[in-house]
Amino acid sequence: MATIVGAITTSHVPAIGRAIDRKLQDDPYWKPFFDGFPPVRSWLAEVRPDIAVLVYNDHGLNFFLDKMPTFAVGAAPEYRNADEGWGIPTVPPFKGDPALSWHIIESLVADEFDIVTCQEMLVDHAFTIPMALLWPEQRWPVRTIPVCVNTVQAPLPSASRCYRLGEAIGRAIESWDTEERVVVIGTGGLSHQLDGTRAGFINKAFDQKFMDSLVDDPGWATQYSTLDLVELAGTQGVEVLMWLVARGALTGKVSKLHSNYHIPISNTASAVMLFGNQG
Amino acid sequence: MNAEKRRIPGTTVFDGEQARKGYALNRMCFSFNDAANRAEFLRDEDAYCGKYGLSPQQREAVRNRNVLELIEAGGNVYYLAKFAGIFGLDVQDIGAQQTGMTKDAFKARLAAAARN
Repeated sequence: MATIVGAITTSHVPAIGRAIDRKLQDDPYWKPFFDGFPPVRSWLAEVRPDIAVLVYNDHGLNFFLDKMPTFAVGAAPEYRNADEGWGIPTVPPFKGDPALSWHIIESLVADEFDIVTCQEMLVDHAFTIPMALLWPEQRWPVRTIPVCVNTVQAPLPSASRCYRLGEAIGRAIESWDTEERVVVIGTGGLSHQLDGTRAGFINKAFDQKFMDSLVDDPGWATQYSTLDLVELAGTQGVEVLMWLVARGALTGKVSKLHSNYHIPISNTASAVMLFGNQG
Repeated sequence: MNAEKRRIPGTTVFDGEQARKGYALNRMCFSFNDAANRAEFLRDEDAYCGKYGLSPQQREAVRNRNVLELIEAGGNVYYLAKFAGIFGLDVQDIGAQQTGMTKDAFKARLAAAARN
């Protein structure tokens, strides 16, 4: 059976893509953020996953308000990035794994998660930036399965539902009859708000409690409604839902291998965490 | 009749009501993923807004380049960011505009959040 080697959770804001493009990794503003990643890359080089299941939220590249799925799973042989309107250079295409995609789709629907399936799917910065942070040379050594969660239009799926989606994804991967190694990646957050007179809102106390909870008490955040999470973490900080999906997928003995938290990058409290998963 | 909506200070939750109100505006902003559409907007803003059927309130908010007005008119920040991108404005520019601060003051306030 396939093995889930661990999970990585990270911020994904577009400004990171701009910083990568301008080679600002050692710039004093950016260095405390980028310094969070070498330990994660070393771990990836060691565990050498074959596949990344990447949980993210689309920001209006692939999906518009005409049809807005709550949960969508990619089932394409390849995923491409495209112009999002603000001129970050696009990255090379990502290989998919349609056989595993369909296995996950079958398993999720059997588990009563009635997801949308996508045989064509553009992936936006929330997918591409984490990939570029983890594999900066942008020669992707993994096949990818995108899992997209709606955080554009309320009602959003609850924290509890997202955590259980993660558990269902974990069960799906671990029932895949191969010897392949899978890493689960969740992207977004942490606290930030782009819109309204509360723009610039950051909640360090919430972020730190949330990060701590993911180690030993991953259900902690499921006590909150999505509107609670908007109030606590900001309108975009609600992207912590992606972290809950990724963490939910870890079914074994989970250990925190690394974490980094830094305020601010752009309007955002940024963070990365790495979890090992011993079966 | 549904229960009264929850109020979060300084925040407009983009829900079904906003999504209905803002559909034409957000649809136009979604079109700005395409560079040719961004150029067409810049060539003839009136014609472009007309093509998408913006309401007078939305047209005025677009004319004013005012983010709070755009949100009031049903705009969603993810699509509005594509509109702002046409003018080379990033999320810190729009944050500064919405809070009535200079960009430097807005950035300083963000940095101060690290010391809380």
